[in-house]
Amino acid sequence: MSDFKALPDLPAPTSSTGLAGWFRSNLFSTPINSVVSVISIYFIVSFLIPVLDWAFVSAVWTGEGNAACEQASGACWIFIEDRISIFSYGIYPADQTWRLDIAFALLAVSFGPQFFDKFPFKMPLAIFSLTAFPLISFYLISGGAFGLEYVPTERWGGLSLTLILAFVGIVAALPIGVVVALGRRSEMPVIRSVCIGFIELWRGIPLISVLFMSSVMLPLFLPEGMNFDKLLRALIGITMFQSAYMAEVIRGGLQAIPRGQYEAASAMGLGYWGQMRLVVLPQALKLVIPGIVNTFIALFKDTTLVLIIGLLDVLALVQSAIEDPAWGAVETEGYVFAAFCFWVFCFSMSRYSQKLERKLHTGHKR
Amino acid sequence: MSQTDHTDQAQSASAKTVIWNDPTFRSIVSQVLAAGVLVWFFYTIFSNTLSNMERQGITTGFAFWNSTAGYGILMSLIDYDSTDTYGRTFFVGLLNTVLISVLGIFFATIIGFIVGVARLSKNWPIAKIATVYVETLRNIPLLLQILFWYNAVLRTLPHPRDSLTLGESIFLNSRGLYLPSPVPGLGFGFVSSAFYLAVVVVFIMVRWANKRQEETGQQFPSFWASVGLLIAFPGVVFLIMGAPMTLDYPALKGFNFQGGIGIIPELLALLWALTFYTATFIAEIVRAGILGVSHGQTEAAHALGLRNGPTLRLVVIPQAMRIIIPPLTSQYLNLAKNSSLATAIGYPDLVAVFMGTTLNQTGQAVEIVGITMAVYLVMSLAISGLMNWFNKRMALSER
Repeated sequence: MSDFKALPDLPAPTSSTGLAGWFRSNLFSTPINSVVSVISIYFIVSFLIPVLDWAFVSAVWTGEGNAACEQASGACWIFIEDRISIFSYGIYPADQTWRLDIAFALLAVSFGPQFFDKFPFKMPLAIFSLTAFPLISFYLISGGAFGLEYVPTERWGGLSLTLILAFVGIVAALPIGVVVALGRRSEMPVIRSVCIGFIELWRGIPLISVLFMSSVMLPLFLPEGMNFDKLLRALIGITMFQSAYMAEVIRGGLQAIPRGQYEAASAMGLGYWGQMRLVVLPQALKLVIPGIVNTFIALFKDTTLVLIIGLLDVLALVQSAIEDPAWGAVETEGYVFAAFCFWVFCFSMSRYSQKLERKLHTGHKR
Repeated sequence: MSQTDHTDQAQSASAKTVIWNDPTFRSIVSQVLAAGVLVWFFYTIFSNTLSNMERQGITTGFAFWNSTAGYGILMSLIDYDSTDTYGRTFFVGLLNTVLISVLGIFFATIIGFIVGVARLSKNWPIAKIATVYVETLRNIPLLLQILFWYNAVLRTLPHPRDSLTLGESIFLNSRGLYLPSPVPGLGFGFVSSAFYLAVVVVFIMVRWANKRQEETGQQFPSFWASVGLLIAFPGVVFLIMGAPMTLDYPALKGFNFQGGIGIIPELLALLWALTFYTATFIAEIVRAGILGVSHGQTEAAHALGLRNGPTLRLVVIPQAMRIIIPPLTSQYLNLAKNSSLATAIGYPDLVAVFMGTTLNQTGQAVEIVGITMAVYLVMSLAISGLMNWFNKRMALSER
């Protein structure tokens, strides 16, 4: 009996491989698909050409002042170039902006490595960025100590203010959210109802009314003579608001952990906090990473609302810059710039969460 | 030896646990502490507020509700002028909030479902357009989008004299959008009665068709029959009555358009931004819902002999809806709350009118902020209560 030898596989038919195959399966698989493809490609092209022309080809990249833009039909990017330092630093004293630069460079150095898989000293850097970094950067930005000039918070602004608001909000909202979520599932009725009340109250009202309340009502709540900084009041409002959303996201994760895990942890002799810290929370937080990052993204976008109570974040500065009579119609350029700033941060956060989700997915895929 | 030690320890431990290790005692102490801190916190706030208001000479109470407002509002669904009361400004604002929320939810749902399905399309350009749309608008703050549509698009439109127009009946200019309005004529009542009658007949017919199918297995094309009834019957009555409806076209008189339906640019910008922003989230929810139904379900339905249409209608969509509805409800809630960003462009919603102008004029911060928050809270609690109920019914129960 001769040995069985399989013939080598035949190559796939040429109509289903390569460029032709891709076109066939993605654009022209059925007659209706072909028609739809042709129409939609026509629309894409007729939309993209004027947009690209406006943004790049006919745009003004060099020159001085509004006069250079008046003849051009495209975007007036020199307006952004002219205002870039205002948009980044607001009205922070111009000779002191190196302090902001250092603070954000520190942030990039301590947070940046977290985005890469193999990088030494990730853990110490993470601890540094959550403990020492906020203190250092507070003194660096605010000054008033170590021989640095004092800069009141009214002069903070621009993209740096947006980043400060987002960073503090994110760092504060997560732990508060975890504690409230645990309280929400507690067996003690008083604690549980307090946490339910907290969550439903903050989730039930719009952020804008929270900010209004923090600027109009909070001074009424405080004893006479005591007053908070406007920025701090906004920060408290944003943090409380987002931590309620965070708590609901984390509760979702806690609910998904089977009861057996709690019982097993209990059987190992762990107390409540030991159970939560070593067994339940690591699993629950991993499950809801997409939700947590989505809350971070929402918080980042919500920082724009501070313009309504008069803080000068990047959008507020763009808003006032486009009304400058020295420049012509530059509304679109200004908004596109601001939109781009937010988009870069939010889009990279959402991509990072997707990556992390894939990495942490150690269980079985369905 | 060691074993006896162990038992001894266990026995002594169960006999007299130290009181601060007793779970019941600990839970009571921590609850009493929490309640005490909370009561102290609210008492301090309350007494501080009272003393602060007394010091600043702010009166409390709802006397302002019936005094004359004295300011005009850009848009109102009920009769309002500046001689009306502050109480009426509340209802004007509330109705404007409800209007923008209902319109936004309606359009965002339609666009969101279309885009969500389009992202899963096998047609490459369609799927790409949907993906780029979702990934772009989702990551840009809503406030920025509202300001963009209002300041960069609608305010740069031509003046009423050089309006953009579609067939000389729809006009778009810097003052807003003008549409022809239908004016029902004599005998239109018969047409609407015919429609209501058709609704009742369809209801009865569907029940009959379902009952017959359960008893005999015979199917009845109730969907097409209902569509026919709902459109054809009122249509025939409309023609018999001699088409009793005219259109009132907007026309340029003086500096602005008169007649027809005028929609202010603030409403347009807010609606446009809210719709396209929320639709991206709804699209993602719909996509996740459809992907969440495993392919085995479709295969099993096919194996049972169901064709594509019934498979989708009877197997896939009901299961996808279980995943879709809870997050969809919270998106609706977000849209309603986000409509308060109207303040930024001056659309007269509840926050802009009542918590803005009325508060500034009366200075009754506590009462007005309290009422406004209560309105939003009631709205949210109603929806989230419904959602929790739905969640309980749908969630997989364990043990």
